[in-house]
Amino acid sequence: MHAPDGFLTAGTALATGVIATGGVAVALRRSGEELSDKQVPLAGLAAAFVFAGQMVNFPVAAGTTGHLLGGALAAVLLGPSVGALVVTVVVVVQALVFADGGLTALGYNTLNMALVTAFGGWAVFRLGRRLLPATRTGVVIAAAVAAFASVVLSAVAFSIEWLLGASAAVPFDRVFGAMVGVHVLIGVGEAIITGLVVGSVLATRADLVRGAADLTVTAPGTRRGIRPVLVVGILAALVVAAGVAQFAVSDPDGLERVAEDEGFAGAAEPHAFESALFADYATAGVASESVSLAIAGISGTLLTLVVGSGILLAVRRRPEQPDADRRTTSVV
Amino acid sequence: MGAGHAHALYVHEHSPVHRLAPHVKIVAAFVFVFAVAVTPREAVWAFGIDLVAIATVIRIARVPYRFVLLRMAVILPFLVAALLLPLVASGPQVVVFGVGLATEGLWGAWNVVAKAGIGSATSITLAATTEVPRLLRGLDRLRVPPVLTQIATFMVRYLEVVAGELSRQRTAMVARGHDPRWLWQVRPIAASLGTVFVRSYERGERVHAAMLARGYERTMPVLEPVVRVEADWWRASLLPALGVTLAVVALVVTP
Repeated sequence: MHAPDGFLTAGTALATGVIATGGVAVALRRSGEELSDKQVPLAGLAAAFVFAGQMVNFPVAAGTTGHLLGGALAAVLLGPSVGALVVTVVVVVQALVFADGGLTALGYNTLNMALVTAFGGWAVFRLGRRLLPATRTGVVIAAAVAAFASVVLSAVAFSIEWLLGASAAVPFDRVFGAMVGVHVLIGVGEAIITGLVVGSVLATRADLVRGAADLTVTAPGTRRGIRPVLVVGILAALVVAAGVAQFAVSDPDGLERVAEDEGFAGAAEPHAFESALFADYATAGVASESVSLAIAGISGTLLTLVVGSGILLAVRRRPEQPDADRRTTSVV
Repeated sequence: MGAGHAHALYVHEHSPVHRLAPHVKIVAAFVFVFAVAVTPREAVWAFGIDLVAIATVIRIARVPYRFVLLRMAVILPFLVAALLLPLVASGPQVVVFGVGLATEGLWGAWNVVAKAGIGSATSITLAATTEVPRLLRGLDRLRVPPVLTQIATFMVRYLEVVAGELSRQRTAMVARGHDPRWLWQVRPIAASLGTVFVRSYERGERVHAAMLARGYERTMPVLEPVVRVEADWWRASLLPALGVTLAVVALVVTP
């Protein structure tokens, strides 16, 4: 997923750069008070963990291996804002220090691999938490579903960027199909690993799992035995991740989200301009025929994406205060 | 001190490129790569000159070409994807060896190969000539929020520590007969990741306590004096200036 330079048009690179900067700025502001002092070394260690975790190969089938992406995991463990920052740092350092991912591709790489996965994953995670019982198992399953969704959302984001700024005229539906198809498979691995990691952290130091901060007392008794119910839960949450998140758009629960949507719309403005500027690129060819059908699908998925960030911002405010208190008491 | 020298791609040398101030180098690399990305793909000659230019910089930096080429392997998956473009793109086709290739897709593939190649060569050169701490300090001077550069600093410092812990876990598992082949056998790997996360977090707490004990006050001390870098700006601007000129000329010339 570390796209190199020139994969998308320069205009897209700029526009996604602007959006990604905005997203990082939001994360910085949200995490400002937590990160002020003590959390900086912790976040650094967490970043090292995510980076190293991405190097761990796990078996998929018959000797083939995959590796963790970690956006949703970071969000569940550290909270969405710190998680997004941590993965952003990982992506930026990979580009600058390890030459992994192009410099001009930093905008869309950060957006797809850090911001969409952390914020989108967090939104799905919160949704899962709300639907599932408030137990450890509930947290684990919500984390797994969030990890799955984060990978797929990331692929969707890339496909949409491709539609807006492809460097070659490959029909959107083909790119979309290939990207999302492959990433559904990758997402299953990501989901299992993320769920198990969160589970093992919960088993040893549940206080470190930000996404489970409300489980004040850990209840070991509820860990096993309700598998069938939870399998149904996973399926339901998957459906929710794909579908219900879209309904949430028509039901905004605050001015915030509208402002947020507007913000995104504003950030997208220079984009149209850019693609006009680089009209000799393939953009014109892409936006011709088969796209009309795809547009419907995209608008839906694009909404899902925006909602991902939106839900996050709406939901995050509530648990903030008690969390901060808990954290200091549990750590000191 | 004994661990965690995350040198990554750094090539120890003494060259004019190594000596440039890091923030100057970062800006130069970004502007050059961006200029390359803007250059219209039909202007094949412009990419040729760009390639010669970055190759010259690599030579001046005394970084072996072999090193750069080997490191460029990270873009291989994308090059493979790019080479599929002629087969899946829409539009008029040319027939080569009995296979219909879309001209649009051929241009697309060339576009990715050229830009990703020059771009990755540039970022490898940047990483090869700039030590990680200087790179991060360069970001600091470019007004990147200090929280981000500090997180990055800690990450780079402890990356090998954490990676080492993971590999010791793996060694321990292998020593006990762990040889997973299928996805449903990943539980021990996940458990080791969880353990390492907890250890990383606790290490972070200890690091913070140690920093406080040494008088940490929310900013990192700067050990390297700030030097005047006007000359660096001039020298470093050669490459991006060439790239931008080529891009502009190519944009004007290309119909």
